[in-house]
Order: sequence, then structure tokens, then C-alpha cells
Amino acid sequence: MRRILFLVEKEFKQILRNRVLLRMMLITPILQLILLSYAANFEVKDLQITIVDSDHSTYSRRLVSKFSHIENFHISTYEPSYKQASLQLLKNSSDIVLVIPPHFERDLYRNNRAEVQLMVNAIDGSKAGIASGYAASIIRDFNAEILTENFPAPPLQNGQVMIANQYWYNPQLEYKTFMVPGILFELLLLIGGLIASLNIVREKEVGTMEQLNVTPIKKYQFIIGKLTPFVIIGLVQFTAGLLVGVFLFGIPLEGSILLMYMFALLFLLLCVGLGLFISNISQTMQQAMFAAFFCLVLFILLSGLFASTENMPLWAQYLNYLNPLKYIIEVGRNVMLKGSSFYEVQSQFFALSLLTVLILSLAMWRYRKTV
Amino acid sequence: MIAIEVISKTYASARALQQVSFEVQKGELFGLIGPDGAGKTTLFKILVTLLLPDAGKATVAGFDVVKDYKMLRTITGYMPGRFSLYQDLTVGENLQFFASVFGTSIEANYALIADIYTQLEPFKNRRAGNLSGGMKQKLALCCALIHKPEVLFLDEPTTGVDAVSRKEFWEMLGRLKNRGLTILVSTPYMDEAVLCDRIALIQNGTILAIDTPEGITTHFTKPLLAIRGADTYRLIKDLRTAPFTHTCYAFGEYLHLTLKSESVDRTYIEAFLQQKQHRQIEMHPISPTVEDTFMSLMDRQ
Repeated sequence: MRRILFLVEKEFKQILRNRVLLRMMLITPILQLILLSYAANFEVKDLQITIVDSDHSTYSRRLVSKFSHIENFHISTYEPSYKQASLQLLKNSSDIVLVIPPHFERDLYRNNRAEVQLMVNAIDGSKAGIASGYAASIIRDFNAEILTENFPAPPLQNGQVMIANQYWYNPQLEYKTFMVPGILFELLLLIGGLIASLNIVREKEVGTMEQLNVTPIKKYQFIIGKLTPFVIIGLVQFTAGLLVGVFLFGIPLEGSILLMYMFALLFLLLCVGLGLFISNISQTMQQAMFAAFFCLVLFILLSGLFASTENMPLWAQYLNYLNPLKYIIEVGRNVMLKGSSFYEVQSQFFALSLLTVLILSLAMWRYRKTV
Repeated sequence: MIAIEVISKTYASARALQQVSFEVQKGELFGLIGPDGAGKTTLFKILVTLLLPDAGKATVAGFDVVKDYKMLRTITGYMPGRFSLYQDLTVGENLQFFASVFGTSIEANYALIADIYTQLEPFKNRRAGNLSGGMKQKLALCCALIHKPEVLFLDEPTTGVDAVSRKEFWEMLGRLKNRGLTILVSTPYMDEAVLCDRIALIQNGTILAIDTPEGITTHFTKPLLAIRGADTYRLIKDLRTAPFTHTCYAFGEYLHLTLKSESVDRTYIEAFLQQKQHRQIEMHPISPTVEDTFMSLMDRQ
């Protein structure tokens, strides 16, 4: 016990003396939380639209003016022909092209139907989907308008289903509310995984590992001695992140704060354990850095932080069973936004516990005192 | 105290140790002498339980280095060749840390390190990374001694240390030996060999000879001359091609010439050199040093 205390004390002395690292560990996560929450935003704004109006009629102008009055759209150019408009798409200066064919108004009067064409730049698939959705709803709106004008007493009013949306747990559909709980835990992975993984490798590179290895320190003492400081630092960070989330972003904290901390502790143990495992199998800082980055990027991209996990291919969903970040982000969102209690997140708790035990045993097993 | 029996160790591409055997007595200051890459560090790592031998057996104080490694780690002190203490901790903190890791305190074993530590005392609060080379070695020695080991392993403790500090360091080793410590020390410097009780010459993973520093020179059997001339470079070239020469090496300002047999006359050598138009020739017979012995043993191999 005394040995572990001395190890922890030594580790803290070293960390506190490394001023640059200390500052980086405390400031950068907060900065990242703020930046990411503001920047990682999937709302589609400022869509550039190019108009090809070959009809020049009252109706066609009305349709165009509907687009110009919607905040999300910005009419970039009017082009005389289809060809020049598609050039705009090619140049990437336009996201969407609305083509109104000649005789649009006449067809509408005579045949009671007319066609318009939408060309969407679909390089960014999700953006294209949202853009065409917006455009389609504007056109539908326009449709309804002229319908009421031409048939003052609409015959088809009965038998229609009206939809009234109500958004639960995030009533304003705030993107930040969705992101902050996730990023909060992603940052713990960064600190725990990355910094801890570099720690033992550094001792290897400097040679102090060899000196430690000839002492009677026991495996578990060494591992606990290395684990404790980073877990404590991680908890400090978590607190700072939570404060920023609640007070700066106004994210609700519906659930129990104790439950949040319990999960943070569990998750940190897992992250630092992963870091220690990586540094046990690496010989140089470069190797450790690379391995840690590989895990981090994979975990983050698959975690559901940015894209919903349910839409991933099946194999990715299976892979995700091993992704601790997936579970903890679910926990974070449910506890913070929904106010879930332990009972609702127990499956995540067991999954995380299992992964923690697994990775810590691996780290313990791979730590060799002889080469 | 240390018994090594036919230890071998092979790395992926190189045979680091080949059937090495020797014994070190209790209270002995034993030197392992050999050039870089001879296998000294590998042998040390095996003895301090950091490396497993491929074959053979070694015991330290009766404990097997493979089976009883746990026990061994409490009674051996190891100072690696590279400075490997925490550079960002102070002198005092390093010592305190290693004492506590061994489950003891500085005070408990202060007597053993007292005369070394007093020299470090003025720098007590300085970070280890900011110490001079000599001071670093002294601190490393203190840390290796703080748990009062019975056997001390010092891997090239004086490499990269200035002449004065080297001398001081060997004096400290002498005092530690007088306290009854068994010390195994390795060095690439032949002049340090004479300060040991016994030495083993090692080259390419094999032991060439084991003896006292005086005794080891008896392995050198051929006549040896020291020769000096005006043009050293031409002299060494001519001597190496001469019919009577066995080997010829440069040792400072003199060349050490080993003759093929006793029968070669000095006047014959002088005549040979005069014929080659060498001037200011000075020549006298010498008794072999450890280095001469090492070179000749290496050659024989």
C-alpha cells in the first residue's frame, strides 16, 4: 500500500512539473468541447440555389420568390439554360438547381399539372438529402397555395391526416444538446487513452523502466500506481466539462449526478487501462502514439457521436459491441437528457464493466518485468 | 557469490553470449573487461533478472536468476549503463523514491551511502537531469545501494565520465568492497582493470581469460618491444610487413611490437628499420599490459 502511494506521489510530481503537458491536459479538452459543440453542426444552412426560369410567368416568379424568402436558401445565380446551370453544379458554386420548364403556367392552367426539375449536388449525401427535402417541401407548399386559390372551397379537405410534431428531450432540436454529453466522454478517452499510453513507453525510452523492473515492485502495485493519477486527472476534467456543458451551453442535467460520476469513473478506468495496455505492447512513443490514434479514431467514428449507430452496416454494429465509447455516449445522453436511472442503463453498465475487466487483465498480463 | 555456468543468449541476428562461465567470490571486486558489443550488458541483464538466458544456469547469492528472481531483486543493486533515474525528480526525491520502492528509508541505510551522498548533498534539490555526468553516476550508485544489497552490478559506470570523477568512483568502489559488498563491474577501459581483484576478458560473447590483473598478463607469451620513430605512420606500415613481426599496434606515442619468436635479435630489427630509412628510432623491451594481453588473445581467437 505504501509503495502504491509513493508511486502515485511520484507520478503526480512528474505530471505537475511538466507544465506544458499539464496545461494541455486541462485546457485543450475544454477548448475542444466548446469548439466541437459549436462547429460540429449538421444543420444545413445557406444552400446556394441556381434558378433556370424558362417560363417567366407569374407563377414561375412566385415559386422563385418563395425560395428567396426562405432563410436556408440563397439564390446564387439565374441562368438562362439548363446547360449553364449544370456548369454551376460542376464548379461547386451551387448546391441545387431548380429548372422551371417553358409553359409552366400554361400547363398548370390547362392540364392542372406542371413539372419542375431539381438537380442536387449529392457529393455530400446527407446534405443533398436535406436540401432536396427542403426544396420539395417548399414546392409542396406552393402547390397547396395555388390549389386554394383556384378551388376556393377545397374538396379534398376531409380524410387527411395531420401531423403534429413534438420533440421530446430536446424540444428545440438543439444540436449542442445532443453533442455535449457525447463529447464530454470522448474527451476522457483522449486523456485516458492517449496520455496514459505514452506514459509507460516514456519510462521505457528513458530507461527508468529497467530500473523499476529490478525492484521488488509487484505487478498490481505498478498498474494501480500508474492508473490512479490519470483517473483522478480525468475526473477533474470531467467536472470541468460538465460545468461548461451545464452553465455555458445550458444542457439539462436531468439524471443523477452521482450516476454520471460513477460511469465516468468506470469509463476512465477502462480508458487508462487501454492506454496502459498499448504502452505495454509498444517499444517506442511513436508506436504507442500510432496504436492509440488508431483506437481513438475507430472508437469515435463508430461511437454514434456524429452518426447514428443504427444506420451502420451490420458488421459495424457487431464491431460496436466492443466499442466502449458507444455505451458511454448512450449513457451520457440518456442520463443527462432523459434522466434515466441506473435501471435503464444497466446493460451499458455491464458491458462497460466487462470491457474494463478485460482490458485491465490484458494490461496486467502484458506487463512483463523481464524481456 | 555469483556462479555462471555455460550461459548462452542469442538475439535474432547475433550470438550475444556463447557458453560463458565464471565465478565471483564473496567480497570480490570483479571486472568484466571488453569492447562495446562484447556481450557485457547482456550478461548483466541476465544476472539482474531482466533477461532470460537461452541456455545455462546462473545463481547470485545462491538464488537462481530465473526461478528465484523475486528474491534476487531484493538483494541485488543494479546500475545500468545508461543513466536511468527520473530526470524530472530532484536528487532527494529520486533517492526517496527508490528507497520506498524497496520498502526501506534513506535513514535506515544512510551509513552505506554516507560518503557518496555527502558529495551530492549540496545539490539535493536539483533535478537529476541537470546534474553533471559524474554527479549523475554518484546519484545512480546511491540509488542502487539504498536498499543495502549484497551484490552490486555496475554496467559501465565510468563511461562518459571525466578522469577525476572516474578516479573518485573507483575509490568509492574500493570502500564499498571493504564493507563486504560483492561487486561485478564492467568497463571498456583497460586501465581500470588493474583496480579490480580479478578480471574476465570478454569478446564476441566469449570469455577469453579470467585471472588477476597481474596474472592475466602471463597469458601473453611472446616477446614485446616498445618502438618509437620520427614517422609513426610509415613505421607501423613497415613493421607490419616485416618478416619478424607477429603483431604491431599503436599505444599512444609508442608502437607495441610483438615478435614471432625469442630468437629475433634487436640489432636485426634496427638494421631492418635503417634500411627502410627510419630516423630517431628508440626501442626497449617492455612487460605486457592488460591491453596487450587482450589484443593478443583477441588475435588468437
